[in-house]
Amino acid sequence: MPKLTVDGIEVEVPQGATVLQACEAAGKEIPRFCYHERLSIAGNCRMCLVEVKPGPPKPQASCALPAMDNQEVRTNSDMVKKAREGVMEFLLINHPLDCPICDQGGECDLQDQSVAYGRGGSRYDENKRAVTEKYMGPIIKTIMTRCIHCTRCVRFAEEVAGTEQIGAIGRGENMQITSYLEKAVSSELSGNVIDLCPVGALTSRPYAYEARPWELKKTMGIDVMDAVGTNIRFDSRGREVMRVLPRVNDDVNEEWAHDKTRYAVDGLMRRRLDRPYVRRDGKLVPASWAEAFQAIAAVNAGSSMGAVAGDLLDCETLFAARELLAAMGSTLIEGRQTGLKYDVSSLSAVNFNSTLNGIETADAILLVGTNPRWEAPLVNTRIRKAIKHGAKVYAIGEEIDLTYKAEWLGNDMGLLATLPDAVADVFKGAARPALIMGGGALGVDGAHGAALALAETFNMVRDTEDGPWNGFNVLHMAASRMGGLMLGWAQPGGIADLVAAKPKLLVALGADEVDFTQFDGSFKVFIGHHGDKGAAAADVILPSAAYPEKNGTYVNVEGRVQMSDKAVFAPGDAREDWSILRALSEVLGHKLPFDTFAECRSAMVAAEPALGVEGLASFDWAPPKLTASPSGPVGYPIKDFYLTNAIARASGTMQRCSAELLHGEAMLEAAE
Amino acid sequence: MSFDFLSDKDRIFTNVYGFQPWNLKAAEARGDWDNTKDLIAWGQDKIIDEMKASGLRGRGGAGFPTGMKWSFMPKESKDGRPSFLVINADESEPGSCKDREILRHDPHKLIEGALIAGFAMRARAAYIYVRGEYIREAEVLQAAVDEAYEAGLIGKNASKSGYDFDVFVHRGAGAYICGEETAMIESLEGKKGQPRLKPPFPAGAGLYGCPTTVNNVESIAVVPTILRRGAAWFASFGRENNKGTKLFQISGHVDKPCVVEEAMSIPFRDLIEKHCGGIRGGWDNLLAVIPGGSSVPLVPAAQIMDAPMDFDGLKEVGSGLGTAAVIVMDKSTDIVQAISRLSYFYKHESCGQCTPCREGTGWMWRVMERMRTGDADISEIDTLYEVTKQVEGHTICALGDAAAWPIQGLIKHFRPEMERRIVEKQGGGLMEAAE
Repeated sequence: MPKLTVDGIEVEVPQGATVLQACEAAGKEIPRFCYHERLSIAGNCRMCLVEVKPGPPKPQASCALPAMDNQEVRTNSDMVKKAREGVMEFLLINHPLDCPICDQGGECDLQDQSVAYGRGGSRYDENKRAVTEKYMGPIIKTIMTRCIHCTRCVRFAEEVAGTEQIGAIGRGENMQITSYLEKAVSSELSGNVIDLCPVGALTSRPYAYEARPWELKKTMGIDVMDAVGTNIRFDSRGREVMRVLPRVNDDVNEEWAHDKTRYAVDGLMRRRLDRPYVRRDGKLVPASWAEAFQAIAAVNAGSSMGAVAGDLLDCETLFAARELLAAMGSTLIEGRQTGLKYDVSSLSAVNFNSTLNGIETADAILLVGTNPRWEAPLVNTRIRKAIKHGAKVYAIGEEIDLTYKAEWLGNDMGLLATLPDAVADVFKGAARPALIMGGGALGVDGAHGAALALAETFNMVRDTEDGPWNGFNVLHMAASRMGGLMLGWAQPGGIADLVAAKPKLLVALGADEVDFTQFDGSFKVFIGHHGDKGAAAADVILPSAAYPEKNGTYVNVEGRVQMSDKAVFAPGDAREDWSILRALSEVLGHKLPFDTFAECRSAMVAAEPALGVEGLASFDWAPPKLTASPSGPVGYPIKDFYLTNAIARASGTMQRCSAELLHGEAMLEAAE
Repeated sequence: MSFDFLSDKDRIFTNVYGFQPWNLKAAEARGDWDNTKDLIAWGQDKIIDEMKASGLRGRGGAGFPTGMKWSFMPKESKDGRPSFLVINADESEPGSCKDREILRHDPHKLIEGALIAGFAMRARAAYIYVRGEYIREAEVLQAAVDEAYEAGLIGKNASKSGYDFDVFVHRGAGAYICGEETAMIESLEGKKGQPRLKPPFPAGAGLYGCPTTVNNVESIAVVPTILRRGAAWFASFGRENNKGTKLFQISGHVDKPCVVEEAMSIPFRDLIEKHCGGIRGGWDNLLAVIPGGSSVPLVPAAQIMDAPMDFDGLKEVGSGLGTAAVIVMDKSTDIVQAISRLSYFYKHESCGQCTPCREGTGWMWRVMERMRTGDADISEIDTLYEVTKQVEGHTICALGDAAAWPIQGLIKHFRPEMERRIVEKQGGGLMEAAE
C-alpha cells in the first residue's frame, strides 16, 4: 500500500494503483482524454501530466505512472498548468470550431476541459487539418476531423467488444482512426464507442441533430431487450424518448449497453397501439375502452381463462394479471411463449447462479447450446474477461464466432453425458468451474437434467477460499423471465397445458412470440403496446405502456431485483398495464384490491417479499432430480439479434442494422 | 595538431571501407570468431564486468553505459520467460551511416558480438532489426548469418560453447520511429510501430513481454574486440567517461566526407583536417555544425572548432554526440531552410500516437517554412520557441525532443538571421509605418 502526497495531502492507495488514481483519491481532478477505467492504458493524450518527485524534471503522464511510496505529486504547480495548456492548445489547433453544430456539444470532454484547463486563445495561424469521413455502419456517425486520436474506440473494439474492426492508419498528423476497408462495425456493442469518444468524432447516427443534452429529461430505467437488466437512462423530451444511455453498475452492465438497448427506442414511436380495437366481422376496428371491455365481458368466460406473458413485462403487470386470473378461479398462466417446459421446482436450477460479476472469475466454462453474443452480449464480454484472466471455454452447439476462442466440442447434446476426457480433466482440475446453459439447450429434452448432473459431477457448487461458488448458470433471454418464474408464471407442461385446457378467454400480455393458431377456439385479448404478431391474432386489443412509459420492477437473469422509473407517457389512449388489468377486473366482476401503482406494488411485495428488495434475490441451491438423456443437435433461438421483440422490430434503426449487418452480404451477393 | 590519432593497429573495424570481402573466411582472417568459445567460457559476470570496465557507452545516441544496461537483465527466469537481445540496425537518423558500413562490410563482427552479448545477458536469441531501405545490407547480413549457422558458430551449441543461441534478421518497413527501442519491439511483434509507455522498461517486459535489451549495432559489434584486447585497451582512448573508439560519419561541406573510426574526444578541427581534407572554402567559411545527427542542436562555427568530439564535450556547447553523425555546413547554407527541412522530416516521421508530437511537429514545420521565407512576424519566433518547449519533455518517446532541439538551437544561435528575413520581407511596410 504505497503512501504518497498529492499537493500536500497524504493518501494511501492500493498496490498497483496509478498516480492518477492517487490524485483522485486525494480529491484532485486530473483532466484526461485517453484514460478510461475499463480500457487499457494508452498514455497518448498527455493531458493528465503532473509533476512528480522523485523523477525527471519534466511533467509525467499520471495515468501510466505507478504510484510509489514517498512520491510527491503536484497537480497545481506552474509546470503542470503550462503542460496542460500546451497539450490543450495542441489538441485544439486541428480541431474544428464547429461546436454549435456538433452533437457532442454540451457533453463534450474537449469543451469542458478547454474551459477548465486551456488558454484563452490560440496562436495557431496555419490551415487546419481536414479528414475524410469514415463509414462505420448504421449506428456510428463519424466526423473524423474532430478526432483527437485518443484511441479509446480502438481499445474498446479490441479489448471489450472483441472485434478488431477499428484501428489507426497513417502516422504523425496524418494518422486516422478508421474501420478497416470502410466496412460497418459489426459488433453488437458498437454504440459504446459513441459514449467513449471524448469529442464529437463518433456520434450517434440515429440521434444526429435530434436534441441537445440540456433539453433532455433524464430518468433512471432498466433495459428489457434482454435478461441482463442493463441499467439505463432514458433521455426524453416531451413525450418521446430521444435516446437511451447506460448507467454505471459494476454488478450488471459495468458501463456498457448493447446496440439494441440503445437504439431500439425509436421503435417506441412506430406501430404503436394507441387506442383499443375490437374485431368485428373478422376485422379489427377502433373502439372505445368501454366497448372493448364489453366485448370481453360478453365472452362470459368464468374460470375458463388463461394468460400468456410476453418477454418485456415488469413484475407488477405479471402480478396484477396473476391476481386477476386467480380471482376468476384460474391458475393457467405461462410466460414461456415458445413452448419451453423446463422444470421450475427450484428457481436455483434455472438461475444464473455465478452472477454476472462472478462469471469473470470462472476458470473453466462450458457453454451449452447458447450464443451469448446474441442472447446476452454483456455476458459475452464477461466471458471474454474470464478468458483474459486465464479461463478455458468449451462449447456445445453449432460453431459460431463468439469474439473469443472457444473450443467447440460438437453439436450434439449427448456430449453432456460423454465429455471428452481432456475436457473433463480441465473441469475436474478447475477451482471455479462453470456451465452456462442457453435457451436453445433448455428446449432439448433431458438437457436440463444432464447439465445439472454435470454440475454435480464436477462439483460446480462448492465453498472456496473466497466464499461460496455456484457455477451452474442458465442464460435466459427474456427480461420478464425470472420475475415471471418468481410469480409462478409456469405450467408443468409449458404452454401446451394452456392449449390443452382450451380456455374460453386468453389474455396475451405483450406476447408476440406465441403461435396463436393453437388457441383458435379462444377469445383472445391482447394487452400490449405494439402492433405485432400478438395484436394481429387478437379479438380485442387493449393498448398498454411500453417499458419507458411505466414504473416497474424487473428481475434479471441472475435474480437481481431492479426498479425502473417512468420517463414518458404512453401515447394516445394507451394506459399502464396494471391499471388496464385493474379496470378489466371490475368489468369481469372480481375487482382487484389496489387503486394505485403503489398499492399494486405493495400487494406484490406482500405476496412475494423478495421482489420488494433491490438486489440479488437468493434462491437456495436445491437442484431437482431430472431425467438426463439428451441427444441430438441444438439450435440457437435467436435468428436475428436486432429483431428479437416487438419494439425492436418496429425500430427503423434496428431494421437497418439487421439488413446491413446481418443480411448485408447476402444482399450484395444477390445484386451481383 | 596535437591529438593522438588512432593508429591502424587499434582499429576495431578493419574492413569499414569494404576493401576486403565480408564473408566468413575473410572475417576470420581479420580476427573475428577467433576462439569465441573461450570468451563465452569467461561466464556472464566476467563479461559484463569487463564491459563495464571498458567504459563503453551506447553508440545509438543516448550514450547509456552498455555493461550496466546488460546487468539489468534478470539473472534467472523465475517464470520460464526467455530473454531476448534486440539489435537496432534501423539506422534512419539523417546524417548517420555507420551501422550500414558494419552491416555490409563487417557483418560477422556484429553476429559474433550478438552471440557474446546475448550470452552475457542470458538471451535466448537476438533479433537484428534492419532498416527497410537497407536492402543490400540486409541481404549481406542474412548471408553472413546463414554462413555462421552453417559453420556452427551460432544456433545449437553455438561455437561449441554449449550455449544455444539464434540470430534472426528482421527487416523494417522504413519508419524512423521504429528506431526507438520500444517502437522497434512493437514492430517486431507485428504491430504498428509506436513507442510504448515506460515503465515497464524492456529489461522487465520487452519483446513478447519477455526481458529484452535493445542495443545499437556498433555497441554490439565492438564487444568481441573489446573482450579480446581487454577493457584497459579500449579505455585507453578518449577522455574520462567518454572512452573508446567511435565511428564518425562526416557529411556536408567538407572536402572529403567519410566514415572513419577515431578515438573519442578527438577535437573537431583535427577530425576534419586529418580525415576530411578540411572545410570547403577554409575554416573561415564554416557556418555551423550539427555534431550528432539531426536530433541534436546545431553548434555555430566558433564554438565547435576546438570542441572535443565526445558526449561531455558536445554537451558543454549545448549539443550532443548522438550517433556522431557530423553534418558540416559552410556559409553557403541557408541555415533556416536546413533546419526547416529537418522539421519536415520529424513531421513526416512522427508516429502520431501522442498529442504534442503529432500536432506540434506539423505546427513547427509550417512556422519554420514561413521563417524561411520571412513571411512571419518577429513575435512568432518567440511563439515558435514556446511551442518547441511545449513539445519537449511532454511526449512518450524522445522524438518530440528530437524535433524541438534543432529549432531551439537555430533560435539560440541564428535569431538575428531569422529576424533579418522577416524585416526584409516586411521592409516596405516597416518604412511606411516609420514615416
